[in-house]
Amino acid sequence: MSGNPSQAGDKTAAPAKSSAADYVTMIVGGQLFGIPVLEVHDVFVPSKLAYVPMAPPEVAGVLNLRGRIVTAIDLRLRLGYEPREPGAQPMAVVIEYQGEPYSLLVDGVGEVLSLEDSAFERNPSNLDPKLRDTSEGIFRLDEKLMVVIQLDKVIQLLTGAMAA
Amino acid sequence: MLSAICNARPTHNTGVANMDDLLSEFLTETNENLDTVDAELVRFEKDPTDKAVLDNIFRLVHTVKGTCGFLGLPRLESVAHASENVLGKFRDGELKVSTQAVSLILKSIDAIKIILAELEANEAEPEGDDKELIDKLNEVASGKIVDAAPARAEEHKPETVKSEAKAPVAESKPAPQPETSGTFADGEKKIDPVLNRELLPGEVSMEELEAAFNAAPGPDEDKAPAPVAESPAEPVPAVAVTAVADDHSDEEEAAPSPPKAGKQAQNTDTAAKNSDTSIANQSVRVTVDLLEDLMTMVSELVLTRNQLMQIVRDQEDSKFKVPLQRLNLVTTELQEGVMKTRMQPIGNAWQKLPRIVRDLSHELGKKIELKMLGADTELDRQVLEMIKDPLTHMIRNSADHGLEQPKKRLAAGKPELGTIKLNAYHEGGHVIIQISDDGAGLNIERIKQKAIASGLATEADLEEMSDQQIGNFIFKAGFSTAETITSVSGRGVGMDVVRSNIEKIGGTVDVRTNPGKGSVFTVKIPLTLAIVSALVVESYGERFAIPQISVIELVRASDNSEHKIEELKSSPVLRLRDQLLPLVYLSDVLRMKRKSPAGLSANETPEMGAQTQRGKDDYVVVTQVGDFRFGIVVERVFDTEEIVVKPVAPILRHISVFSGNTILGDGSVIMILDPNGIANMYGNGAIDPDEAGAEAVSSEFAEEKTSLLIFKAGDDTPKAVPLSLIARLEELDVSCVESSNGRDVIQYRGQLMPLVRMSDTHQLRTEGRQQMLVFADETRTMGLAVDSIVDIVEDSLKIELTSDITGVAGTAVIAGRATEIIDVSHYLVAAFPDWFEESRKSRVKRPRSVLLIDDSPFFRNMLAPVLGTAGYKVTAVENADQALALREGGALFDVIVSDIQMPGMSGFELASMIKADQRWQKTPIVAISAHGTPEDFERGRSVGFSDYVVKMDRGALLRSLSETLSVYGEAV
Repeated sequence: MSGNPSQAGDKTAAPAKSSAADYVTMIVGGQLFGIPVLEVHDVFVPSKLAYVPMAPPEVAGVLNLRGRIVTAIDLRLRLGYEPREPGAQPMAVVIEYQGEPYSLLVDGVGEVLSLEDSAFERNPSNLDPKLRDTSEGIFRLDEKLMVVIQLDKVIQLLTGAMAA
Repeated sequence: MLSAICNARPTHNTGVANMDDLLSEFLTETNENLDTVDAELVRFEKDPTDKAVLDNIFRLVHTVKGTCGFLGLPRLESVAHASENVLGKFRDGELKVSTQAVSLILKSIDAIKIILAELEANEAEPEGDDKELIDKLNEVASGKIVDAAPARAEEHKPETVKSEAKAPVAESKPAPQPETSGTFADGEKKIDPVLNRELLPGEVSMEELEAAFNAAPGPDEDKAPAPVAESPAEPVPAVAVTAVADDHSDEEEAAPSPPKAGKQAQNTDTAAKNSDTSIANQSVRVTVDLLEDLMTMVSELVLTRNQLMQIVRDQEDSKFKVPLQRLNLVTTELQEGVMKTRMQPIGNAWQKLPRIVRDLSHELGKKIELKMLGADTELDRQVLEMIKDPLTHMIRNSADHGLEQPKKRLAAGKPELGTIKLNAYHEGGHVIIQISDDGAGLNIERIKQKAIASGLATEADLEEMSDQQIGNFIFKAGFSTAETITSVSGRGVGMDVVRSNIEKIGGTVDVRTNPGKGSVFTVKIPLTLAIVSALVVESYGERFAIPQISVIELVRASDNSEHKIEELKSSPVLRLRDQLLPLVYLSDVLRMKRKSPAGLSANETPEMGAQTQRGKDDYVVVTQVGDFRFGIVVERVFDTEEIVVKPVAPILRHISVFSGNTILGDGSVIMILDPNGIANMYGNGAIDPDEAGAEAVSSEFAEEKTSLLIFKAGDDTPKAVPLSLIARLEELDVSCVESSNGRDVIQYRGQLMPLVRMSDTHQLRTEGRQQMLVFADETRTMGLAVDSIVDIVEDSLKIELTSDITGVAGTAVIAGRATEIIDVSHYLVAAFPDWFEESRKSRVKRPRSVLLIDDSPFFRNMLAPVLGTAGYKVTAVENADQALALREGGALFDVIVSDIQMPGMSGFELASMIKADQRWQKTPIVAISAHGTPEDFERGRSVGFSDYVVKMDRGALLRSLSETLSVYGEAV
């Protein structure tokens, strides 16, 4: 399950320039999203989440991942989707931002796709503002569209909102 | 000092190392050196005849200069050179040491510091020059400013000194002589080969300074004093040789002669090997990052260990038990070891203070002496960093506001010289720092006026407050009573910042003042920030940790008990010992009204609905922040746990009620509450902090109040035991009580702990949970079963009736009720027959005063009641300095009981000091010690101890005291 950087070889994670890049796909609110595989440290099923009172609503809580305390961000809420139904088991995708581990709670994690640059394009102008803020662009896959998430934006804007 | 020079050496030798490394190394060392110079200069100014100090300063400044030259930092070098020049003249006795000159040198040290700071930031020297400063220094050097002996440095000294100093080098290892020598010491005009310009009048050439430096005794002077400069025939000590060789390579490398430089460097290495004997080889410089990493990993290990322990605890006869026990021990030791590496003596934070006080005394026209005690008290370097500024500020404050002008002091019958005393010591997992001055004390009247003027309190409020409470107003924001604003302090920013900075690291600060006599600021800070003991509580089904340092007590409140939560309008309060304690519901503080959006949080427990019902059965965690006391209402209280504080993620850092988070033994993550944050949220609005009413702090050596735990066991008579003797309060399921060897035992923290009952007739509960008091010394723990814990009170422990009941030391009136004081030693012996050797108490007729000196709080707390019960009036202090301070204060005692092994001054030294001064000369001293070898006895008697008793032997101590006193009779 884990996207170990060494397995990904030396293919670059940057989506734009080089010919192809690998993405971990995941489902949030029925939509397909992708994160460069090198950014993903771990994928697991979260079991015990400690609720953090007074935190922004997007922060689902904190959890213990092999001795590290990881802050969980619910992507559903972060990206402006409806809250997950009670009892539905999310998956956690662990990433790092400025040396701090965060786990993104998603509905499910799919396969790793190697995608050609030619299928990539910038955000369409009518994209939902919440998505536009965090989306790097869209990949046109055969059956559906995949939104590439800008991780720094996901966390940055959350921090920025706090400071304001 | 040696290490400073030795450490500077690699800079010279490693030609291949990149500049950045060199520079950063240089910066670290130079900063260290400069701090030492600061302190040393102040010492030197006081005693200009102290040659050793001057030599030391000279050497340090020289090292700075030499390194600057090598690294190509001309601006730094010229400043350092000019001040070294002046120092050289002091050294040769050609200039008289004057305040002015020392100030100038201090100024140049400051200039160097500024340049260094710039250098650190930009990796280049800042623009500009220090001509003015250098000119002044040169003027001083040439005797223009201060009347001094005419400058004669250039006469023939250089040659002689140089040859004297260098000869041994040539003998010990035939190194090629530098070719640069020879241009000096002839004629009036001198071109300094290094500075490459004409020398100014009074200026000494680089070469000469080198020579003078070489002649200066090496840093090991204390150990091997050898008059180098005076008697060239004497062999030069090894260190001086190194210094020469070192400077050689220095010059060589600075001059364009690369091949020689290489050889020189080699020679330097050889020399270094000869001289870097003890110190340098025994210590290694490690970056702080590495230590931090180690600490983090050890913290992880601790957590994992806790988890494992938890798992195994639930399993009967696990084969992991034994190895786990060992893992447990090793981890604990490792943790302690790593913690030690982070420990630094508090003196490091004090280094700058003598200089500051010196400058202040000039600026303010006061004579100030700074006494520093306990500089070697160690604490975590992180904590150390954070208290530096508050401490400095407090010292400035004491100098400015605390101490009076000399005239006023004389008028008040005090010595002209004001004293500021800084004292640091350990006390129960905390470091206490006291800053006391013998000044005028806080001006209570002015504080009152100011408090009314700024609307902090009304006159009626102030009427009811004690002076101590009023004194604490100075910690409020914007509060300054200084009538005039000086450059030093009095701008109204200060004590509140001091307080908030100290509270940030979980510490407390408190002031006690004695009008006309001075004030004492007491700062209490945790030893380390990394691992703290915390109380785990639950609210709304979520668990949180509250740092134990802020928790005063726990009160169980329910509608049908004597403690009931009442409401004033909608503000909850609790009557606690005739005072209203403002309360906050933790669930309100945390606004826990909604569920976690993730939908899998642990808070979605079925009983949630029931939990929200208030007033049913709550716990009040009585918390103190500064002088503000309030209660946090929670639904459940769990155990206390040692937790490793981890910072929260940046996106959660704005939530002020959390100070961090941690992983508990069971692997779950919990948030750590910050009582300061909670107090701030409520302190300004719902709750007026000053209504909380801090209890007056009793004066230090007046009748001491003791915190007592009141409980019931067996019958209805309240019983009390000094709180300080109790390690923990525990509640265990009675089913955990097992029987072994006819006694009750329980498994407690991986050990078997005997559970002792109050008396034979006292029954344990048959079901439910049994409360107990846990007593512990270093290795053993014992539980004393009690029926209920009633209260914790602070009262003077005066036993009025002695008792014949075993286990009861006597009866005292506590909180208005006759209360039996428990003789803890009786129960300790019941649990461990060898804990003490029990004997009957001996009593004396007239209360005799005993001064008890023991560094172990356990024994102090243990022996004080024992002696008290036997009819002595006990004053307990924890070290020799405090004892001597009492003597200074004019206290008299009938007998002194002193520990032998104590940090700082030992009992033997103390005894000789007591016997050497007539005030306490006739007071008999009884030594107590953990060991009792015949040699110790002999040594004890020879330094003046009247008797020598083994610490554990309570009976022998009492016997010895009564014998000693009858021998000495009414001698005192």
